[in-house]
Amino acid sequence: MADDRMKQVGAFLARQGILVAFLLFMIGFALANHRFIAIDNVLGVIRSSAILGVMALGVTFVVISGNLDLSVGSMMSFSTIVVLDLHDKLGPALAIPAMFAMTLALGALIGFLVGYLRLNSLIVTLGMLSAIHGLTLTYSGGKNMDIADKAGTWFGGIGRGSVLGIPGPILIFGLLALVLSVTLAKTPFGRKVYAVGGNGTAAIFSGIPRARVVFMTYIISSFCVATAGLLQASRSLGSQNTVGQGLELDVLAAVILGGASLLGGSGTVFKTVIGVLILGFIQNGLLLVGLEFYVQYVVTWVIIILAVWLDVAAKRGRILSPIA
Amino acid sequence: MQQETRKRMIKESAIWGFIVLELIFFSVAGHFLSLSENAFMDFENMLLLLKQSAPIGIIALGMTVVMINGNIDLSVGATFALAAVVMLDSMSWPIFAPLGDWVIPVSWALALLTGMVLGAINGFIVWKTGVDAFIVTLGSMLGFRGLVFMYNGEQPTFQLNWTMVDIAEARLFGLQTPTLVLIVCTVLVWLMLNKTIHGRNVYAVGDNREAAVNAGIRVGPHMMINFIIIGFLAALSSVVFYSASGSVNPNDGMLYELWVITAVVLGGTKLTGGKGSVIATFGGVIAIQLLRKGLGHIGADTAMVNLVIGSILIAVLYLDKQLNRKGDGDLKV
Repeated sequence: MADDRMKQVGAFLARQGILVAFLLFMIGFALANHRFIAIDNVLGVIRSSAILGVMALGVTFVVISGNLDLSVGSMMSFSTIVVLDLHDKLGPALAIPAMFAMTLALGALIGFLVGYLRLNSLIVTLGMLSAIHGLTLTYSGGKNMDIADKAGTWFGGIGRGSVLGIPGPILIFGLLALVLSVTLAKTPFGRKVYAVGGNGTAAIFSGIPRARVVFMTYIISSFCVATAGLLQASRSLGSQNTVGQGLELDVLAAVILGGASLLGGSGTVFKTVIGVLILGFIQNGLLLVGLEFYVQYVVTWVIIILAVWLDVAAKRGRILSPIA
Repeated sequence: MQQETRKRMIKESAIWGFIVLELIFFSVAGHFLSLSENAFMDFENMLLLLKQSAPIGIIALGMTVVMINGNIDLSVGATFALAAVVMLDSMSWPIFAPLGDWVIPVSWALALLTGMVLGAINGFIVWKTGVDAFIVTLGSMLGFRGLVFMYNGEQPTFQLNWTMVDIAEARLFGLQTPTLVLIVCTVLVWLMLNKTIHGRNVYAVGDNREAAVNAGIRVGPHMMINFIIIGFLAALSSVVFYSASGSVNPNDGMLYELWVITAVVLGGTKLTGGKGSVIATFGGVIAIQLLRKGLGHIGADTAMVNLVIGSILIAVLYLDKQLNRKGDGDLKV
């Protein structure tokens, strides 16, 4: 009986390990420095994680369907630059939909290459990382982009304003997370994403249009990237054309930390949000106890390995790998 | 059967055909478009190209081994930076002061050792935890970068030693040191892959890990050795590069992993493992450098270079898929 309970506790820890780790981690830091859980600090951390978080939401879909997206950082630079440039040319009300259309077109291209032509997603998105960076540089002519009249536009309100004390980026992040969470967990499309990632061949034989599902995951991913670009642009009202460089790997780290398997078929939006928050709070917590910002890299490394190891070990039922 | 051989020949010589095409294109286009007096195919220009290929090229050799093995290593850029920091910093350690200029080989050895230790850490984690190499090295890419920053804060590390610069800029038969190191390493890794038992096992494990285990190969230690090899080569690349420049920033080597993987994939090595050759990787490295230099020669900017390299990578992947199709059955599922 007691043995049974032990097993249940073990299984629960393995399944919800990341959540338990997150809570322990928060309690630890809160004891070390009481300012850590002050409302304004917590809101500040979530607000600064929101851009990474929004991108991670979309990549979660791509990863669950068994693919990768390394182009999100470069695509985010693209949408930031485009929306800032169009803001002065067309005005904000037209610039935002135009930027979304252009970013979605890039997502559609990747979705076509990976979904319909069945090319390896890692290499396609690696190629797109480089190509989109080139596109951004061509578009901006290599210059930084700035909004001319920063005071006279409502555009900055999206990233800087707040509703009922909650900052705009957090609202958008939360809303998007809610919608995508429901899409993934409660709709037929969501089930298909899991099916395609779990076993692509079986999915095709059960009549699921694999190509279209994969295509849609990249559309969702690029929509999230466009949203992140919008948040970035409206928060800073000016940008370099390398603003998103390197973010693709941070995003992937957050998604993996949330427990999505790179082989596809597992992961949830909620856990990705936890993964994003862990990354954000690690950074903040370490700074608050007085460590340099780069200590977070080493801590993140250890946490990623431990989290995935725990997950893998729980699935195979033993701690060490069976390969000799 | 004959068709099979022909297909294989097309695939294996494809990268060299591409290089010849690039040479012809840039020579002709350069004739009309370039502002420079010199021809693109100038001998000195080609030597410079080989030298500039060396840093990425040396790492790409190791990446080929790891990718044939069915793994991947995303931490090479951070390893590259950490080895450089160790090398340049150790030259001014007080213990080595009596050595005079003999500190140079000692520092090199320390840098190479650093690379091997970092590779061993990756390999050991992959072996013991069974976590996918992509995730392990994604983590250590962050972790190793953190170590680089912890070593010297956000300051650059520099050390100017003219003897070292002389060695790094020396020439033998007209070839600069980096070029020589690249060529020697290519030959050595080729010998390792094709003439040794370890090399045969690299292909066997990458092709079918289960079968390799059943055939009695100790897969865990085997993969760890390959990670040590790529760590060593990343450090060697760093030694060659920073002996000449003498100064390293903590952000150096970022995105190197992506350039290296691009070169290896252009050479035709499969991400799924079991197939690939270092000679083709060498071709892939040259092709990319030629493209960068050539586009620069005809007056295109960085933007164009990025755009073209990205598009070519996807096009190669598509063509490769067409050539590798076993039959129409592959099309359906």
